[in-house]
Amino acid sequence: MIEVGLNHYLVVSSILFSLGVYGVVTRKNAVMVLMGLELILNAANINFIAFAKYGNFGLGGQAMALFVIILAAAEAAIALAIVLNLYKTFSNVNVDEIDKLKE
Amino acid sequence: MINEILNSITFIYPELAVSIFLLIIVLVDLVFHKDKKYIPYISLAGLVITGILVLNQIGITHFAFVPQLSAVKKYGMMTIDPFGSYFKLLVVVTSILIIFFTIASEEVIDLKERLGEFHALIYGMILGMLVMISASDLILIYLSLELLSLSSYVLAGFLKLRERSSEASLKYVIYGSVSSGLMLFGISIIYGLTGSTNLYVINSLIQGPQINLFTLSFSSILMFVGIGYKISAAPFHFWTPDVYEGAPISITAYLSVASKAAGFALLIRFIQTGFTSFISEDGYWTLIAVFDWQALLIAISILTMTLGNFSALWQDNLKRMLAYSSIAHAGYILLGIAVLSNQGLIAVLIYFFVYMLMNIGAFYVVMLISNKTGSENIDDYDGLGAKAPFLGVALAIFLISLTGLPPTAGFIAKLYLFIALIDANMIVVAIIALLNTVVSLYYYVRVLKHMYLTKSEREQENITPSIGSLVYLLVLLIPILFFGIYFTPIVEFARSCVSLLGI
Repeated sequence: MIEVGLNHYLVVSSILFSLGVYGVVTRKNAVMVLMGLELILNAANINFIAFAKYGNFGLGGQAMALFVIILAAAEAAIALAIVLNLYKTFSNVNVDEIDKLKE
Repeated sequence: MINEILNSITFIYPELAVSIFLLIIVLVDLVFHKDKKYIPYISLAGLVITGILVLNQIGITHFAFVPQLSAVKKYGMMTIDPFGSYFKLLVVVTSILIIFFTIASEEVIDLKERLGEFHALIYGMILGMLVMISASDLILIYLSLELLSLSSYVLAGFLKLRERSSEASLKYVIYGSVSSGLMLFGISIIYGLTGSTNLYVINSLIQGPQINLFTLSFSSILMFVGIGYKISAAPFHFWTPDVYEGAPISITAYLSVASKAAGFALLIRFIQTGFTSFISEDGYWTLIAVFDWQALLIAISILTMTLGNFSALWQDNLKRMLAYSSIAHAGYILLGIAVLSNQGLIAVLIYFFVYMLMNIGAFYVVMLISNKTGSENIDDYDGLGAKAPFLGVALAIFLISLTGLPPTAGFIAKLYLFIALIDANMIVVAIIALLNTVVSLYYYVRVLKHMYLTKSEREQENITPSIGSLVYLLVLLIPILFFGIYFTPIVEFARSCVSLLGI
């Protein structure tokens, strides 16, 4: 049985982060882009909690993770409201088809 | 602990005033849902009170919310210092100007029912900016950045029936949340390296030999992504033209001045408290040799102003052109930080004051004309000099000031910037910035050419601005011309506000 240590958490968080960035860059659908964003935020959360636990840094990391969870929810709510409003005007939510502003 | 918190509250009166008025506006909006025309005046009253509270703070230096553990070296979650007070004053004055701006703007008048939400969201932005300016803890920096961003995402798309506005807010929310997500990842790595989120503690810990330089550089760059997006620096500027074009004009003007000012205040505080080891007698900052901020800032600022100026050359929409011009101005201001000296910082403070006056003024004239014609296209400005003589002259002065020609205040701002650059022996950079100014002359003068030399093909209809608009424009024009000739007062005021607390 391997002891789970800081490195394991960091590997998981960097994989999540890379997947998140990949999702944001490649996906066309705005909702999928937002899901990629959630992965980036959660990667940072794993980092905070792992560092706080294994580095004996006190509770600062955990507190930060709580704030981030709340903000992620607020951000998702606002972003989804904007996407919904966009769907009403454009009747699709593909990021690369919404380009009225380019000349 | 309780005593410390109660004691700290006396240092955040401006933020408290903003929070209280935010609640008042929401309540008034709920209770008096028939009659909303008083809401702008309530928010003006709140801003005046906040402004007075900020004025009271000028000159105070203090740490607020100090944790009990900090016995060796004093530090806090928030730092109250003259530098922060200067930027807070700038934000409050900009907000007051913007509230008057919205009173005259047809787009906002048409909102009627939703006016309360509009002002509540503006207050959300103000609260975010005020906290961001004095935050010296990474947690607080991230939270205030998000508060500012979340409110501005909604405001950018506030005209939700208009296609351009919805698209602007989608682009804003995607670019904004991704860059703040990257910034958060950077914060988490810095936390792992140092075990603290406070900039003062981080400063003393990264001077130790055991810090992994590669990881620290990586996380610093990630941090800069978040800040760079807020100030629309070059590789992160893609949202700027689209959002500025699509958002309501009043919000465009607000984003281009206030939220940029808060972003710059954050960047300066981050570099000075986080990465500076000491400040010499003649005001030059020595950075801790872990990450070369100066090289990064110089590269980014040259890229930013060149891209901004050259893209502005072929824009036909005035809002979009002013967006690119504001990117270019962010480049000039970044140079003032890249000097890494108090002299550069004075130049930045002067520049921001002048930039506020001239940029809001230019947007105001664009708004008055779009109220009449319904468009911001440059062809609609043909023959404007004859149709609306006062507006023509006002826009001409604002644009000349944005170019940086005497006798306007824009010249003084650029002059102090170049003096700071030359004193720090950055001659090559100064020459590049000067050449950029020459390029910018072309697209500003192009508007003047359309106003005065091109005959309009359509019916001539005179545009006569109301008395209120005349007064508003005069309030902006007189300081621009006055400080262009007699600039000692702002220079002295900036000099007295240059000190940051700490190190």
